[in-house]
Amino acid sequence: MSAGAAIEVRGLSKKYGAKTAVDGIDLTVERGEIFALLGPNGAGKTTTVEILEGYRKASSGDVRVLGFDPATKGNAAQRWRNQIGIVLQSTSDAADLSVFETISHYANYYENPRNVEQVIDEVGLREKLNAKARELSGGQRRRLDVALGIIGSPELLFLDEPTTGFDPEARRSFWDLIRTLQAEGKTILLTTHYLDEAQALADRVGVINNGKIIEIATPQTLGGRNHAPAKVTWLENGVTNSLHTKDPTAEVLKLSQRFNGQIPELEVLRPNLEEIYLKMIGELK
Amino acid sequence: MNSIVETIRIGLLRSGLELKQFLRQRESVVFTLFFPVILLFIFGTVFKDTIAPGVTFSQYFVAGMIASGLVNTGFQQLAITIPMERDDGTLKRLRGTPMSVSSYFIGKALLVTFLMIIQTALLLFFGSVVFDLNLPTQAHLWWNFTWLVLLGSACSTILGIAFSIVPKSGRGASAVVSPIVIILQFFSGVFFVFTSLPSWMQQFAALFPLKWLTQGMRSVFLPDDFATQEVAGSWEIGKTALVLTIWLVLGLIFAIKKFKWSRE
Repeated sequence: MSAGAAIEVRGLSKKYGAKTAVDGIDLTVERGEIFALLGPNGAGKTTTVEILEGYRKASSGDVRVLGFDPATKGNAAQRWRNQIGIVLQSTSDAADLSVFETISHYANYYENPRNVEQVIDEVGLREKLNAKARELSGGQRRRLDVALGIIGSPELLFLDEPTTGFDPEARRSFWDLIRTLQAEGKTILLTTHYLDEAQALADRVGVINNGKIIEIATPQTLGGRNHAPAKVTWLENGVTNSLHTKDPTAEVLKLSQRFNGQIPELEVLRPNLEEIYLKMIGELK
Repeated sequence: MNSIVETIRIGLLRSGLELKQFLRQRESVVFTLFFPVILLFIFGTVFKDTIAPGVTFSQYFVAGMIASGLVNTGFQQLAITIPMERDDGTLKRLRGTPMSVSSYFIGKALLVTFLMIIQTALLLFFGSVVFDLNLPTQAHLWWNFTWLVLLGSACSTILGIAFSIVPKSGRGASAVVSPIVIILQFFSGVFFVFTSLPSWMQQFAALFPLKWLTQGMRSVFLPDDFATQEVAGSWEIGKTALVLTIWLVLGLIFAIKKFKWSRE
């Protein structure tokens, strides 16, 4: 394994004719980190990720993934692919093969595959072991994709909108799986439309819009969220009152004195990640 | 592990997987494996004449059907299914793994060869049982037959892979590929006696492998003196091997350079 960050990108641009899809991105993802890339459709997310995965060529800029330029061809690229796992957006391949057949076949491609039975349990497809892919529900199909992404025991896992079509329970167990992988020291680059998913999983998030990175921060501090005015609500004379404040502690203390202790139905709310995110991309539109 | 050994090992595994998937699609099993037999029944029943002393039309037709079977299972099938694999994400997913493109090609080639053997066996079996087809008795004819099937399969496979970049989508692939195959079949003496075709058609057909494959198969299944009734007055076996090899090499270079893993 090479030293340094898992992903290093400097000045990455991608042009399609006159259209600029990615416009000078800088990005570093540390080893062992879960990094979430957020952005509206058409922002340049998928293009960026597909350049990192080696599917597309950058127009300009410097890209290093596990110390390797993904645009390289030949045997070196094959060795590099042993260390990465890719979960693509919606797929419908291998429709006539069973879950077990597909996963165990893909295990053959890798030098150090994970245990097939273990992977089947990890993604929760034990009961669908012999079902054909065409018989799976959308969420189960997605779990098969995840299984194929992790079967090679990758150092770095790319997840492109991995939980689309999951029910809340399946999403929770998927999150647990991702945390398990992180505990094993794996690096994960995730794109998602679910802000709660980014909040739950990511060490850091990057927001991309119009081909540019707007901000990279932890989910707690993105968009100045930690300093944003909080909303304090409470019940008084049968009416719900609310105020916005930069210093909720002081407001709560004041209220507490006024009510002589217990404040009825007290709530203190920071803006959630989704509100911050929508504000960020909305402002730039 | 040695990378060539590994490439072949994965290629073998892929051929098993390809075959499994093929056999689970009922319609393609029927179309690919039994369609030539069905055609043999139709043509053999309708055309009962003899085209030369001791040569029935069905004898002539079986030679052409085996040759065009090579084009159907290889070229036609791959030029249609690979664009579908491109659409459904199979190719993109494979591209993201350490599997080498050679393993993918090996898997396809073995699938085609295997299907070709089954299809030919079916044709020969039904041909001899129902239409009194005469099977060759001399060893050198069976040797010619074997290399024609193998070289023909390889050529057809590679050209199918190469041609797979032409259809824009899996859905439209059949409409692009099938007419080409049908026209070549008519021009190459599969459905009609080749020498009865207009000479411009014969010359056009001579540019493509199918004409040479049908002629080669006739050299195996028709009496040796029938050669005098061919266009050149002989079976042109050496020339057949040369034309097929040239197409194979050109197709291989093109397929390796231009193979497309995804739409775009």
